Amino acid sequence: MNSIKTVVKVGIADLKIAHSPETIRTTGLGSCVGVVVYDLQKHVAGLAHVMLPDSQMLKKPNMNMMKYADSAIDMLVNKVISEGARLSALQAKIAGGAQMFQMASSSEVMRIGPRNVEAVKRQLKEHHIPVTASDVGGNCGRTIEFDPLSGDLYIRTVSKGEKVI
Amino acid sequence: MMKKLTNMQRDALREIGNIGSGNAATSMAKMMQNKVEMAVPDLKIIAFEEVMDMLGGAETTVVANMFRINGNAPGTVFLIMSLEEADSIAQHFSGLELFDCQDDPEPLGVSAIQEFANILTSAYVSALADFTGLHMQPSVPLISIDMAGAVISQGLVEISQANDYAIIIDTVMNVPAKKRHGTVKWPVFTASRSGLSTKNIQCTGY
Repeated sequence: MNSIKTVVKVGIADLKIAHSPETIRTTGLGSCVGVVVYDLQKHVAGLAHVMLPDSQMLKKPNMNMMKYADSAIDMLVNKVISEGARLSALQAKIAGGAQMFQMASSSEVMRIGPRNVEAVKRQLKEHHIPVTASDVGGNCGRTIEFDPLSGDLYIRTVSKGEKVI
Repeated sequence: MMKKLTNMQRDALREIGNIGSGNAATSMAKMMQNKVEMAVPDLKIIAFEEVMDMLGGAETTVVANMFRINGNAPGTVFLIMSLEEADSIAQHFSGLELFDCQDDPEPLGVSAIQEFANILTSAYVSALADFTGLHMQPSVPLISIDMAGAVISQGLVEISQANDYAIIIDTVMNVPAKKRHGTVKWPVFTASRSGLSTKNIQCTGY
């Protein structure tokens, strides 16, 4: 219990890489989706905290491209490969995409969670990266932490406790 | 970009916050049957991540009341309370002796929190509408008891399509200590297409 564990923290609309024994985490995922892309043999993983489905929604230039599912996953894959992962060995785990407020009329804005999940899955498929596990939808916020050594994704929620996928 | 607001624009935003908060403070004073003090709002332009920090971090459990605004200035308004504040508000207004918003909360108490939020937010929004001449119609309150990051991002999604920053109008309200327990503090967020604002209300001992 004496070893010091480093946790790489990923903010909203951000992405980072962790090498074992580091773990990587992001907190308070609501309608946002946390995408982990990892190479289990090389013990390296990247995590992106995606807010919106599509960079085509972009209304101005010079925006943070880590915000959108399509552009963030492209950047994430490139970055994790440049840090030693192999494209053919990449796998993904995803969590988030909840609908935090229950509303009678489901406007486009309120449905952002499921749209984010669809966009993330679509973009991972583009890169031929299989999704090995996912915990998406529902109506609760999630905090996730990934261990590149074991490939486990720990998920914490306020009302439903913790689980590992 | 957003960072380059003129002094005139800053003053206008601060004044909008001032008017909204003033109205909300009046409503609060009536509901609490107590004097409410209010400070001049502070204006900040900050990144999304810092918005979470203002609420004590993305993972902190909060009680979030959300209102969709329809009309000329569509957007989202949040009234965020801590768990303890929500519990004492529910007890104060519903008459329930025991209320815990994390442990299978009594619907009557939840309803009391929503109504309290509804009155404060309506006072805030109608002051804005009168001042700006814009037609603004808040929806019924929607409530979620969950991580701050998870609930706030629902409102940030809309402005994030146009921006990477949020405008925060931060106001502090105080109910001067009468007798009973400690400090209560809750921020109110106003998100619209053009930005996001909050007033941070503090009330003590009611």
